[in-house]
Amino acid sequence: MAHGDGTAHDDGQQQHPISLYFKVWGLLFVLSAASYAVDYYHVESYLRWSLVLIFMMLKAGFIVAVFMHMQWERLALIYAILLPPILVLVFVFLMVFEADYTFLTRGIFFILGN
Amino acid sequence: MTESTLTESGQSLARPSGHRGFVSDWASDQRAFKGVPWGKAMMWIFLLSDTFIFSCFLLSYMTVRISTTVPWPNPSEVFALSMGGDPVPLLLIAIMTFILISSSGTMAMAVMFGYKKDRRTTAILMLVTALFGASFVGMQAFEWTKLIVDEGVRPWGNPMGAPQFGAVFFMITGFHGFHVSVGVIFLFAIARKVWRGDFDKQTPGFYTSRKGNYEIVETMGLYWHFVDLVWVFIFAFFYLW
Repeated sequence: MAHGDGTAHDDGQQQHPISLYFKVWGLLFVLSAASYAVDYYHVESYLRWSLVLIFMMLKAGFIVAVFMHMQWERLALIYAILLPPILVLVFVFLMVFEADYTFLTRGIFFILGN
Repeated sequence: MTESTLTESGQSLARPSGHRGFVSDWASDQRAFKGVPWGKAMMWIFLLSDTFIFSCFLLSYMTVRISTTVPWPNPSEVFALSMGGDPVPLLLIAIMTFILISSSGTMAMAVMFGYKKDRRTTAILMLVTALFGASFVGMQAFEWTKLIVDEGVRPWGNPMGAPQFGAVFFMITGFHGFHVSVGVIFLFAIARKVWRGDFDKQTPGFYTSRKGNYEIVETMGLYWHFVDLVWVFIFAFFYLW
């Protein structure tokens, strides 16, 4: 992330050219259209999931970095806000294992009966 | 008084940047978020907590979808709209996505004009943002009605597949729609203050008796962009997965 390039004033005011917002706006439109196209043209399986995830992360990144001005903030704020959500990934892994186990148990139950 | 003294002394010092700056900001035994108004820092902290709430919702959705033995309804077909006979997949959802992105664009520009103290343009852009938001909620109401009345989706079951589909759908989109509705009210309230020129004339706030400034437009903008951000994740995980 490029920060401290002098565009953000010291008193917290953000001054950026309007063309920047139009560019990001257009980019978000293109990315949304692309992720819609993934569904429209029935891209399936791993290609579908990876494309959806890539477009999602790019969109989220542009919104946070430019629209929410995060790339011009000091690292103290960036780390305080952006690092904690990454820990959610640990929760994701835990729940994937848990859900797989539940699925297995249900499978055994429904096939073998009780 | 104490606060302003701290701010002034904090700003008179030359602050290191990069990782050295990160360490010194957090170790300064003062406010950690320097050069950021309190309202903005606190809005970021609130958004962080909201991130965890939506994460828990999406995680429970993931858990339920992995563990069900009944096939999950295909959202591409469930949310299709027929246009002249042929069903177009996710048409309404795509329109809602573009509307929310456009509202984020107008909001970002409202913040920019706010700092230029152009109160007319700021207020108009905020009103446009609010109207985009209101139309989003309207389309969501249409979507819910179609699903409940025509398709027979209920929180405890539906004709298409896994019964958890309805519960997850109503909880996640309902909570997001509630956020959008609150954001629209928030936008109208701040746009009214901007339009009246409260921040130019330094009118004391009705509840707080404190003078506001255009930073509130950016703080409000952060909330609105967050609503758009959450939709990006819902769109990917719920509608496209």
